[in-house]
Amino acid sequence: MAFVPPARHLLRAKDLADARYTEPLEVDDLAQAAGLSKAHFSREFRRTFGESPYVYLLTRRLERAAALLRNTDYTVAEVCLEVGLQGVGSFTTSFKRMYGMTPTAYRAAYPPASHNARVPACIVRAHARPQHRTIREDSPAEQT
Amino acid sequence: MKISTAQLWVQDQDEALAFYTDKLGFEVRSDVTLPEMDNFRWLTVSPAGQEDVAVVLMAIPGPPVMDEATTRQVEELMAKGFSGTVFLTTEDCRGDYERLKDRGVEFTEAPEERPYGIDCGFRDPSGNSLRLTEVKLPAIA
Repeated sequence: MAFVPPARHLLRAKDLADARYTEPLEVDDLAQAAGLSKAHFSREFRRTFGESPYVYLLTRRLERAAALLRNTDYTVAEVCLEVGLQGVGSFTTSFKRMYGMTPTAYRAAYPPASHNARVPACIVRAHARPQHRTIREDSPAEQT
Repeated sequence: MKISTAQLWVQDQDEALAFYTDKLGFEVRSDVTLPEMDNFRWLTVSPAGQEDVAVVLMAIPGPPVMDEATTRQVEELMAKGFSGTVFLTTEDCRGDYERLKDRGVEFTEAPEERPYGIDCGFRDPSGNSLRLTEVKLPAIA
């Protein structure tokens, strides 16, 4: 059987974190993907990639959460669930630790998502045009 | 000049969003509802790691953007599978096929060898066609 460098198994776990961070994935699941016990996996992951698998998964989620706060109008609770985290309280605490402010304050520090949306002018023109109404169409009863 | 965004009509934006994110693994690039445009929802997605190109998942509008007869025509074309196609590439067509099939994606073609590589085809919930190709590298002469 061909030799597989141990880091290849760790990379598989890292790829899993990148691909499925939206799911309620935990370090246990990553260790399983690498085929290692949790303690051994965490040690090896940190030695290979320079940070613990817990921190890697959390920062992957927080980076995505920050993007959703800037680019969508989802509530903070929706953003939290969207990136695979379950509790808004711990999400807020972790977010504040990484970004120096709460998710709500972070969102407020950027222009509203609708300003970033770059909805093309042709679509704005088409959708913002009011429906033409006449008195006759609106109130047929008044005609009688 | 570069492609930034291309549009697909979808029957239901929430259903489409769930499909493209949960099943295909795309990420939301923008999702905003604009009250000043009669609650028009600008919803774009693209593959993880490819943030400069996105697909707009566009709800089929009614009047005054589109008259009712045209709305019905678009819906019929979608139902017949002639509304649009997105061509995707991958490094592992057969592996993705198995993974997507396990997630309940509706395939129209299983992976097959072609002169240009291996590819397969599937549909989104609105009937839009998606094609997934593992491109064969040209042989070095």
